[in-house]
Order: sequence, then structure tokens, then C-alpha cells
Amino acid sequence: MLTEAATEKALERKMSEINYKMVGKDVSVYYGDKRALFDVNLGVRNNTVTALIGPSGCGKSTFLRCLNRMNDTIANAKVTGKITLDGQDIHDPDIDVVELRARVGMVFQKPNPFPKSIYENVAYGPRIHGLARGKSDLDQIVESSLQKAGLWAEVKDRLHEAGTGLSGGQQQRLCIARAVAVSPEVILMDEPCSALDPIATAKVEELIHELRTNYSIVIVTHSMQQAARVSQRTAMFHLGHLVEEDDTDKMFTNPNDQRTQDYIMGRFG
Amino acid sequence: MSVGSIVLVVLVLAVVGYVLGRRRALSTSAATGTRLHSLPGYYGQTVALFVAVPALLVLAAWLFAQPILIENRVRGMIPDSVIPEGGARSLVMADVRNIAGGLDAVLRRDALNEDALVNGNLDFSNVRVRLADVGVALGSDVPREVFDAAVTYRQSAKYGSIGMTVVVLAIALALGAWSLMRIKPKLRARNVSENFIQALLIASSTIAILTTVGIIFSLVFETANFFRMYPASEFFFSTVWNPQFRGGSDLGIIPLLWGTLYVSFVALLVAVPIGLMIAIYLADYAGSRLRSFAKPAIEILAGIPTIVYGLFALITVGPFLRDWIAQPMGLGNSSSSVLTAGLVMGVMIIPFVSSLSDDIINAVPQAMRDGSFALGATQSETIKKVILPAALPGIVGAILLAASRAIGETMIVVLGAGAAARLDLNPFEAMTTITVKIVSQLTGDTEFASPETLVAFALGLTLFVFTLALNVLALYIVRKYREQYE
Repeated sequence: MLTEAATEKALERKMSEINYKMVGKDVSVYYGDKRALFDVNLGVRNNTVTALIGPSGCGKSTFLRCLNRMNDTIANAKVTGKITLDGQDIHDPDIDVVELRARVGMVFQKPNPFPKSIYENVAYGPRIHGLARGKSDLDQIVESSLQKAGLWAEVKDRLHEAGTGLSGGQQQRLCIARAVAVSPEVILMDEPCSALDPIATAKVEELIHELRTNYSIVIVTHSMQQAARVSQRTAMFHLGHLVEEDDTDKMFTNPNDQRTQDYIMGRFG
Repeated sequence: MSVGSIVLVVLVLAVVGYVLGRRRALSTSAATGTRLHSLPGYYGQTVALFVAVPALLVLAAWLFAQPILIENRVRGMIPDSVIPEGGARSLVMADVRNIAGGLDAVLRRDALNEDALVNGNLDFSNVRVRLADVGVALGSDVPREVFDAAVTYRQSAKYGSIGMTVVVLAIALALGAWSLMRIKPKLRARNVSENFIQALLIASSTIAILTTVGIIFSLVFETANFFRMYPASEFFFSTVWNPQFRGGSDLGIIPLLWGTLYVSFVALLVAVPIGLMIAIYLADYAGSRLRSFAKPAIEILAGIPTIVYGLFALITVGPFLRDWIAQPMGLGNSSSSVLTAGLVMGVMIIPFVSSLSDDIINAVPQAMRDGSFALGATQSETIKKVILPAALPGIVGAILLAASRAIGETMIVVLGAGAAARLDLNPFEAMTTITVKIVSQLTGDTEFASPETLVAFALGLTLFVFTLALNVLALYIVRKYREQYE
């Protein structure tokens, strides 16, 4: 009979085989007295797009914000459990939250470019982290980031105009370029297309597809089609619990849990 | 009836009108079986508004116009012959008003009736003595014409006030009855009272605007008078401020302007950095509990009367600066100095900068902070590179507002910086500002129509233009550079 420790070890071995980038173990979140997340165990694989789905208020954004410790900025939020990045606990006192966020970037629901020029928006991260050695180096980073975000062709002639003057879809891609500019390893996206029209959404989805080759991506979405289109793995949340997590294909054709089935079929949510 | 009781009666009528209007609306609706267009209370409200508002407006207008009309009429009754050599008609008019007031007391004391006055069979010979007995002191013997004018004045005022009572109450009753009679279920009472309230709001803002216009005009007219007596070029470009009582004064604004700007500059030097840091701390670092306590506590600074700040400058800061800094360094012996006033005034305007900037920093959306934090920026980097640039126009507006407050400050300057007009760079010297000189030129027994007095209006107008320009500049900056967050 295996002891508990041995079971744990076996599990960990199995986890390490899969090559996880980030792993959350027994993650719970409390906002004041209210518990928003209940013992979630979920891994983020390398070079994979993981979609988090579930009805509003199910805790998927909360889990996302745990991964780069954005919940720290909320006054009465408390996170318990263990979250690792490349095997290292992100709540470890040795880990600097500033460095963590440089490695785990984030794109928000509403495009939030800074009220600065397009160039300055992208150059912001590299500047504060000292990633560029000089002006030409910085120019290089800005250009390649905008290219990765598929925005370069549209804005290369007006880099010094206000980022807030772009259209909604362009703003969101600018925010992605901004996140990419600090060379993160993981990019978290919190409903990145919910404020965009279908054409802009298609562009962002295409972009997510390309970014996957270099980054691990976690995306929260309300659109089943989007989850099916862009992700390889899907996790279903409900009322703060992780219902199940599996390959996207399997989740959308043959989920294990009735709740997932119902949600995907549009019976609730 | 006195004004107070007229107002009271009108208000009582309004309440009665409300009750009657409401009742009538309900009963007509019940009688005809039709649904009321509005809630019953609105029908009452229309009656109450029609009773109270026009009547009170007429009352106000009457109170404003009556003295002017009576004054004009009585003024005509005084022949030139009774105006003493070198005196003015307005002085005689003051006598008339005094006598009119005193006559009431005389009549009451001597138990005389009105007829005695009106028919002229009052013993005129000892009017002056009799008036003196009831506490009305008159300068010289009162000519018959002046006494008659006083009687007319008194009489007109009495008829006027009776007329006012009748007219006001008649208007209240007539409009009340009219609006009561027109109540039908179909009357759109809700819209009527809506329109009425809108008109009332517009009237209120018109009063504020007209007052501003009035102030500007009075300043402009007196300033024009001043420039007829004193050359404008001297006023604006002379560097000497030396008013004399016997004329031949030098009234150059430059030393005063310099003092004003210097003191304000020192004040801003104190208030802007401290205020901004307070604002940043309160907006981004302090917890909500500390903030809810600290913000009002800082705003108390703005509630301290400036004369108290002045005392603080006079007895604490001034001597301290003189004994510990100015004298040891050989910079001056004066306890009142630009630095004293500037430091104290700086403390006074800290809350203007901090409170407004705090609101503005708070108004920068959380999304901006999140975006910056998510890129791995620290809190101070976020504030320095994202929040402050986004909030800058508003902060500039707050600073300019504080600056116009500093420029207009008087009491702290009188007590802290002294009253000596001087052009100097040494901050330990006493200097003075425009506002202080306005006070000192207008107070005291000087003839009103002299340039030495009228210069106060020119100074006031200059100051007004100055602060107005600052405010316009602030508005312009805020509009032009306001960041679009989305």
C-alpha cells in the first residue's frame, strides 16, 4: 500500500512528465469573508493555450489573477495554496513580485493602453526593466513586439501618436505588444476580446495562435467558440470550483461532467 | 405689516394652497371619474408655487425699488438754499432720514397722533431738542424745508409699506386662486411644477452671474475715474509706491506686484511638493481607513481663519526666522519678511493642492495601474510614469487654483510680510502685496474722490484680471491636455 507521501510523489512525477510551466495546487482565494475559489488544482502546460471557461462569477478570472499575483493589489484578498512557476513557488519570499510579473504578463478585458504614444506604450516595460541597451536597441524591441502583435504594419508611420487614439482592436493588440515587449514566459489574457468586434476578435485570435509557439498562454473567455478555436486545453470552472480540465477537443465533444456538458450546450451561464 | 410677517403670511398661504390644491385635484378626479394626470401632491405644489414665488419676488423687487423712488422724490423737495455752503445734498438727505426715524420715537414718547404731523400743527420750534431727547443728534438747526421733507419721507415710507403689503398679498391670493381654479384631472401638474422649478434654478444662477458682472462694472468705473486723475503708464510702470495725503503721490504697482508674486511663489514652493506628496500617499499608498481619517484632518488646515495663520506668522515664524536665520547670516533684522508670509501661506494652501490632486489621482482608472503592475512596474514607477502624467493637467489646475488663492491672500501678508512696498530679492526683507495696499488705501479718513483712494480699485481690477487669467489658463491646460483614458 502506498503511503500518502508516496502517492504525492507519484503524482508529482506524473506532473513533471507533462512539462508544466505553472502549477496551482490547492489554490483558494478569499475576498474578505467571501471565498471565491475552492482548492483548485490546475496546471499550465508549456507552449499551450489553456482556456478557462465557466459562467460569470465562477472564479476563472480570480484564478488567472493568482498566476501573476495581481490579487495582491486588491486590499482584502487572500490567496492560499501553492502556485509554482518552473517549479518555484511564486509566493516564496525569494521571488520578487515585480520579477514574477515580468515573466508572467497579462492582457486585460478592456484595452488599457497608457495615455502615451504607441511607442512609449510598448517601450514602457523594457524601460523599467532595463532590457534595452540604447535607443536603437529599444527601437528594435518596440518594432519586434509590434510585429509579434500584428500591429506593426498599421502603426509604423504613427508610432508617436497617442495609443489611446487607436481603434479598440488595435488598442488590445497594442496591449499584447506591450506585454510581449518584456519577453514574458507566460501570457495571461482576461477575456481579451469581450470589448472587440468580430473582425478585431479574429485578428486577436490569430495572434494568440501564433504567440503559442513562444509562450504559454492562459485565456479566460466567455465564448465557447473562441475556447474551441484557440485553445488546446480547457478548464471548466463553476461556483469557485474547478469542474474538470482536459484536452479542448475532448471537452467540447465528450466532457466527463454533466455541468460542463450543460454549460457548453448553453443550458446555463 | 413688517416684511417678516408678510413673508410668513405668504408661506402660510402657500401651505394652505398646497392642501387645497391637493384636495381639489382628488375631488374633481373622483367627481368626473377621470384619472389624474399627475400625483395629487403635484397639484398642491403648483398652487403653492404660484402663491409663494411671484409674491415673494414682487416683495423683493418692491423692497429694492421703494427707497430709491422715495429718495428721489424727497430729494426734489429740498431747495438748494438749505444746502449749506460746501456741503452736499447727500448730507442733507442723511438728516432727512435721521429726522424721519426720530419722529416715530417722538410721537410715541409724547403720545401724539399722526394728525399733528400731517396737518403741520406740531410745535416746530423745538424739534431739534425733542429729537435729541430720543437719541437723534442733529448737527445744526433744522430748516423748515428739511423737516417737511422728513415728514414726507416718513409718510411715503408708511404708504409704501402699506401698498407693499396689499400688493404682495393680493398677488399671492389672486395667483393662488387662479391656479386652484384651473385644477382639472387633465392638468399636467407635474410638468408645470417641473417648469417652475427649472425657472427658479435659472433665476438663481442668473443672480450669481449678475453679481459678478456688477462687481466687475463697479471696479471698471472706479478704475476709469482713477485713470482720469492719474496716468496709467505711471501706475503700471513706475517702480515707486509712495502715497501722500496731500497729493503728488507715486502710485506704481510694480513693487506691489513683485511682492505679491514673490510671496505667492514662496507659498507655492512650500505647498506644491508637500501637497503633491500628500496626495500621492493618500491616493495610492494609504489604506482606506487611514485615508478616511487623514483627508478631513488635512482639510481642516483650509478651515483655519487666515487671521489665525497671520498671528502664527507674526509671533512664531517671523521671530524664529529672524533670530535663527536672518540675523546670524546677516540678511536682515526684520521679523516680518517675504519668507515668513510665504511659509505660513504655503501651509495654508497645502490642502488645496493635496485634496484636489488626491481626487484627480484617484480618478485615474484602476486599469492604468493594473496595466502597469502587470508589466512588473513597482508602485512608485507606476505613479511616476503612468499616474502622474495622466493626472498632470488636473494637478496643474489644482496648483493654479492654489496660486490664485495665494495671490488674493491678505491677512497673512499684513501680519507676516509687513506693509512696506519694496522691490527686493532678499526674502528676509519686509515687502507687501496688492491686497494689503487695497485695504490700507481704502481705510482711514481720506477723501473718496482722490487718486490715493481710487487706486485701490485699479489695484483690485489688476488683481482680478490676474487671477482670472490664471483660472482661464488652468481651464485651458486641463482641457487641452486632458488624457483620454479609453
